[in-house]
Amino acid sequence: MLYTRLALQLQAFTPAGLAIALALGFCGLFTLLAVAVGPKSVNPEKLKPFECGSEPIGSPRGRYSVKFYQVAILFLVFDIEAAFMYPWALLFTKLSTTPAAGPGLPTGVGIFGFVEMLLFVIVLVVALTYVWRKKAIGWE
Amino acid sequence: MDWLNWHNVSLVLDNPATKWVLLAFGLVMPLASILTWMERRQSAMMQDRLGPNRANIGPIKLKGILHFIADAVKMIFKEDFIPGSVHRGLFALAPVLALAPVLIAFAIIPFGPTVYPHELGNVLHSVPLAGEAPNLTDSIRLQIFQVDFGLIFYFAVLTLANYGGTIAGWASYNKWALLGGLRSSSQMMSYEVSMGLALMGTFLVAGSLEPGYITAHGWNSHYSPANPLNWLWLPQLPGLLLFFVAAVAETKRAPFDIPEGEPEIIGYFVEYSGIRWGMFFLAEFIEIVFISSVITVVFFGGYQVPFLDEDGFRFAGTLAALPHWAVVAMQIGAFGAKVFLLCWFQLLVRWTLPRFRADQLMSLGWKLLLPASLAWIMITALGKLILMSAGG
Repeated sequence: MLYTRLALQLQAFTPAGLAIALALGFCGLFTLLAVAVGPKSVNPEKLKPFECGSEPIGSPRGRYSVKFYQVAILFLVFDIEAAFMYPWALLFTKLSTTPAAGPGLPTGVGIFGFVEMLLFVIVLVVALTYVWRKKAIGWE
Repeated sequence: MDWLNWHNVSLVLDNPATKWVLLAFGLVMPLASILTWMERRQSAMMQDRLGPNRANIGPIKLKGILHFIADAVKMIFKEDFIPGSVHRGLFALAPVLALAPVLIAFAIIPFGPTVYPHELGNVLHSVPLAGEAPNLTDSIRLQIFQVDFGLIFYFAVLTLANYGGTIAGWASYNKWALLGGLRSSSQMMSYEVSMGLALMGTFLVAGSLEPGYITAHGWNSHYSPANPLNWLWLPQLPGLLLFFVAAVAETKRAPFDIPEGEPEIIGYFVEYSGIRWGMFFLAEFIEIVFISSVITVVFFGGYQVPFLDEDGFRFAGTLAALPHWAVVAMQIGAFGAKVFLLCWFQLLVRWTLPRFRADQLMSLGWKLLLPASLAWIMITALGKLILMSAGG
């Protein structure tokens, strides 16, 4: 029973699986072409990292600015916040509908869904203001 | 020829793999390839030059449109040079990671209506008034992957393209390539947040994440043909602007081409050559096509033709009936035309605006687009609330 349901769920993803396989196959074909076709000529000067002909100084695995790291952390934070908004957006009509007062009466409109997300966004904006004032975004 | 009937043909055509091949090699690849030539001709026109116009096969010249074939052949037969100190596995993986996600993400795009092979020659009346009911079996849906979370699939898959540039920069063992890769990843991450949030307004209005469903928005009832004023570009104009800016930044093209900036500041694919470099290049152009497709589907009614219903043109109460095949052909053509125009618009943007500085780029993403998208979501929600209470 469980396995049947699982199989059905997986079946819905078959098109995605096929698209992934075909796209990877296509890129693989390109890579094969790159390896198989075309001349090869190697000399020690050519094998060096490309730095306009001058001798490379230091390792390319050296340190780089912490700003890049900060951007990555901020991305994680804000992108996960965005993930919470998708279900809200889809359920907004339902969240804003109040039940009918009695049988046969029309349903009402409530501000529950709106206020909930407003609070969430205010918290987000506070966080954004904080990182802004801390100069974690931008490149000063 | 007993096996050759519509049932078997539609079984083959309705297969996701067939649809992917048709979409990739029928629309996406040709358009992306021609864009490489169009971009050079467009820039030449705007800078008062001639641009590439010489490629020909014998007498066939077509103003040099065959340049993309020459480019492809040249890239394939170039030396595939791999510098000595690169990480070979990651170096080979990076172009695949840049190109494959875009091709996968096309799976969610509905590029045409549902086709009913048995009714191709007939007028497809939505309600059969007289006579036998239309035979709607063996239908072919012109969308590869239909799933409730459609556009989330797009965000999820296209995020992987981020790794392409970053890994290319790291694997190249070159300081400039590494910095280019870092610039690329920080730019893409900065704009991805706003890109997701900019579309939230349309999700609120349409109440779905499924691109086919969003396309049909404003076209829900039969005997009411597609009306451009019902498409989401009008109520969601700020969302369209925000999404367009963020999406152009995602494609890493001017004015957001700091990760690459090919001749001046050197991008993450400086150590790549031949067809591997070509894969990065192709990925960029396919991304242009993809972004245009998403904007078409979400904001411009997808494959809908203004005033065209399933059974023909309807305007001011009159009907000019058309057979099903003509309607389908026009709708697929309309999708292609809309995508093409949006691609062209991106070319115009690229050759009009100067490049942003790195700090301006970060400020635009985090300090303008992000707050503006959040504000627009709340304004849309408030608008929907007001409409709901006014409507009932």
